[in-house]
Formats: sequence, structure tokens, C-alpha cells
Amino acid sequence: MDILNALTVIGNFVLIPGLAYGSQLALGALGVTLVYSVLRFSNFAHGEMMSFGAMLSVLVTFWLQSAGIGLGLLPTALIALPVSILGTILLCLLIDRLVYRYYRQTRAPNVTYLIVSIGVMFTIGGLVRFIIGPSDRIFTDGSRFIIKARSFKEMTGLNEGLAIKMTQGVTLATAIVIVIAVFWFLNKTRTGKSMRAYSDNEDLALLSGINPERVVMITWVIAAALAAIAGTLYGLDKSFKPFTFLQLLLPIFAAAIVGGVGSPVGAIAGGFVIAFSELFITFAYKKVLTYLLPESLAPESLMQLLSTEYKIALSFVILVIVLLIRPTGLFSGKTL
Amino acid sequence: MSFLIGENMTGGYGSVDILHSCTVGVERGEIAVVVGPNGAGKSTAMKAMFGMLALRGGRVIMKGEDITALKPQERVLRGMGFVPQTQNVFPSMTVEENLEMGAFIRRDDVAETMGQVFDLFPILKDKRHQPAGELSGGQRQQVAVGRALMTRPDVLMLDEPTAGVSPIVMDELFDRIIEIARTGIAILMVEQNAKQALAIADKGYVLVQGANRYTDTGEALLENPDVRRAFLGG
Repeated sequence: MDILNALTVIGNFVLIPGLAYGSQLALGALGVTLVYSVLRFSNFAHGEMMSFGAMLSVLVTFWLQSAGIGLGLLPTALIALPVSILGTILLCLLIDRLVYRYYRQTRAPNVTYLIVSIGVMFTIGGLVRFIIGPSDRIFTDGSRFIIKARSFKEMTGLNEGLAIKMTQGVTLATAIVIVIAVFWFLNKTRTGKSMRAYSDNEDLALLSGINPERVVMITWVIAAALAAIAGTLYGLDKSFKPFTFLQLLLPIFAAAIVGGVGSPVGAIAGGFVIAFSELFITFAYKKVLTYLLPESLAPESLMQLLSTEYKIALSFVILVIVLLIRPTGLFSGKTL
Repeated sequence: MSFLIGENMTGGYGSVDILHSCTVGVERGEIAVVVGPNGAGKSTAMKAMFGMLALRGGRVIMKGEDITALKPQERVLRGMGFVPQTQNVFPSMTVEENLEMGAFIRRDDVAETMGQVFDLFPILKDKRHQPAGELSGGQRQQVAVGRALMTRPDVLMLDEPTAGVSPIVMDELFDRIIEIARTGIAILMVEQNAKQALAIADKGYVLVQGANRYTDTGEALLENPDVRRAFLGG
């Protein structure tokens, strides 16, 4: 019984939040990795692209709520999501046309791209704060829980509860659907294969008659859609605050690099590795140990390896370790 | 009039000319081989004929049409196939996907052509689901040639197809190239292994410093004492 209680605590505070957070990171990292493998630069603006998508979701959700339209138990943001995806795609295509295309045509070095993307990052960030303001917005509605802690306790008779929030369920389900769709597209469709071919060997792709501008366009469409979805899910799960997306950039890049930059499977794996490391290391094990150890050994302190404030630093540490030990990442992507 | 000919090609990268009025041509069903010492401009001549290099003089004619101004992609549409010397496959994609990408410009069913490629290179059929980057050098060259054949080209250009493969694999590849030529495709290839390549060539070009030095049938070049002494090591 004690073991089950201990596992429930870990499930409630680490596994389930980790799955949701990991999904959000995975979707973000997938976008970063796709842009890197096709356009060959690290897109630092990806976090703000997510922010822009989330902002559109917030605005449309507020409008839908005021019009009395909703999904019942599910969050209204799911109806807003297609609009937000479309808006983010338009933004990315516009930015590509106005900014990135010029550097592509002049065959700018990677470093130039990188700095340009930082400029784009600040621009989108400014735009978002200009439109919606810097404050915190909560746009989650519908039912709050799929399983409440109390009903879990009643069901199982355990001391500890296991709660699954609606947003966590929605995040995981959406992420699974989206990831399957992206992989199907990349591996089964002609266009998807042409994207991989272009990423593999640009010159040979040109010789084979693959149109680079079309590949670039499709890459932006997918990256923007992924960003909008990831941003919206993150906003639903926590709350929408423009500044958090700048901070989110680090775990997302860490996830992409840990998995192996340019490897879509790696991005997904990396997302979960980062998410679970953050949670496992910043988790207070006091309760778990109290259940598992004999009473005389029960810990007095929180038994926390690292305080949650250092969450962000942890991504850095993992990043450094991976770059030192296995620079190509878990799934042998390209080195940055 | 040759099926494909680069006439009096002059040009190079930047302001320095590498090719000096160089002429290379090939007929349908024939194998033409370009040989010569390092830096003779063999690969450059090949690239010029494929449109990867702007010519300052001369022209490229295919099927009686002047194609000098066309981009490489447009030449592929006109029936040219090109196998680069290095990086000639998509390493992370499977053999089958490599062939599919070769046929990217085709909108019809490519299964038949893929079947023909598999008949020509049976080993590729066994390895069709393996990433091309995991294959051996010789097998990778087969993928590269197969990829170029997927557009059903009239002329196939090969830039040192046997570079870095073992002598056994080289013989095998040359056999396959003869088979391809027998189907009526014109083959133009640049080779380091001059002796072996000239042995299968209908026509041979010896280039020196970007200009034609000797042009004859492969057999005649092999027997020419000057060519033997200077380029074939006696």
C-alpha cells in the first residue's frame, strides 16, 4: 500500500505533468529541428512564434466565449486553434518573404541567419505585447479535471490522489495526433519526402527537380502550425504570459539538441528527456520517502535535489553534458 | 551531328578559364569517356555540358537544339541524367526513396522504371528499405546511377563513377554501364581509371589543360603509343 501511495505521488507530481510538458517541448523542438534541417539555421524566433500562436488562440477564445460558443467539457481554445494556426502560418510566410528570403538569395552564412532570427524574435515579441499586453491571461475553460484527486482516492482507497487535468489530457492527445500526422507527412507523402531529400542533399535535390522555394514554404507552414499548437497547449496548461516564451526557448533548443538536431524522432525524445529531468530533479521526494522508508528514517527536509527556481539552469546543464559527450545528440542528428 | 555535343566550350569558375575550346560529344547507345591527368578540366567539361558552369564561348547542343542557356533542372527535363562524383545519394533516405526522388519530375507511375533499375542492380532490390548512407561505396554508386536513370534519360553523364571503389566493384559497375548503353542511352563519363574506361569506350577524349589532345575510338587510343606513354603509364 505504501509503495502504491509513493508511486501515486510520483505519478501525480512528475509523470503526468511531465507527459504534458514534454509534449509541449516536443512539438516546439520538432518545429525547431525542421527549420534547422531544411533552412539550415537555428530559429531563435520559434519561441515567439509559439507566443504569437497562443496569443491568437487567446483572442479568438475570448471572442468565442463572449459569443457564448464553447465545447462543453473541452476548452474553447480547441475551436480557436485552427484560426491561430492559420494566422501563425501567414505571419511566418510574410516574415520569410520580407526577411529570410533576402538572406537565402544572397546565400548568407549561418551566423547571419541566426542573428536575423534573433531580430525577428524581438519583433514578434514586441508585436505580441503590443497587441495583447504583457500581463497574464487565463483562457482555459471547460471542465478542469478528467480525474479529480478526491475521486481517485475514493476509487482506489489510497491516501494519495492522482489528478489528471483536462488541459494535460488535451495536450497529450493533441500532441500524439500532430506527431503522427507530421511523421506520416514526412515519410509517406511525395512533398514530405522531397523535404527530407532537400534536407539531406540540397544540390542533388535541385538536380532531381525539387523546387527549393516550395520546400522552404512548406517547412514554414509546418513549423508555424507546430509553434501555434505548442504555444496554445502551453498557454492552456499554465497560462498565457508573453514573457514566458522567451524562457521556453532554452528547454526547446535543449530538447532539439539532446535528441539530435535535424532528427524529428530525436526532437520528440529530447522533449520528454528535458521535461522529465526538470521534474525529477526539482521534485521534493519527502512524501515519497516517508511512504517507502521505515518511520525512524523518515526525512525531515524536503529532499529536493534542486529548487524549482533552477529549472531553467537544468536545461543548460543537460545541454552542456550532451554537447560534451555526444554532440550529435541521442539520434545522431547534425552537429550545430 | 552528335546526339549531345559540347562544342568549343570555353569557360571556368570566376575569371580564370579552365576549358579552352574543348569539344566533347556522344551518340545514342554509345559510351564516350573523357580521360586526362589531374586538373585537365574533365569534370569541369562535364559540368559545363550539364549547365552547372556558365560558358564564355562555345555551345551545347542536344537533339539538334541549342541548350547552352538552360539551367541544369531544365536539362533534366529535356532528358539529361547526371551522377555527381560525390554526395550523389540522399544518405538518410532509403534506397527506394532515393529512386523515388530521382523520379520527382515525373508525374506518371514510376514503378516500371524502378523495376528496371532493380533488374539492373539486383542488390538494390534487397536493400530497398535500407538508408542509402548505410550502404557500401559500390552499392551507393549503384543507387546514384539508379537515381539518375529514374527520369528515363536519353543521355547519362557520370562523373568518375568508380572513384573510391574496389577493382572488382569497378568491373561490375562498368558491366552495368555497358548494359545501360545497350538500351540506347548515350553515356558520357569522366574516369580516372583511364585504361579500363577506354576499354569499354566507343569514343575517347583525352583532355590536357582544358583542351582536346587526342580524340579517337577507345580502342585506337589504347593502342596509340603516345597516349599510352603519356597517360596510361606505358
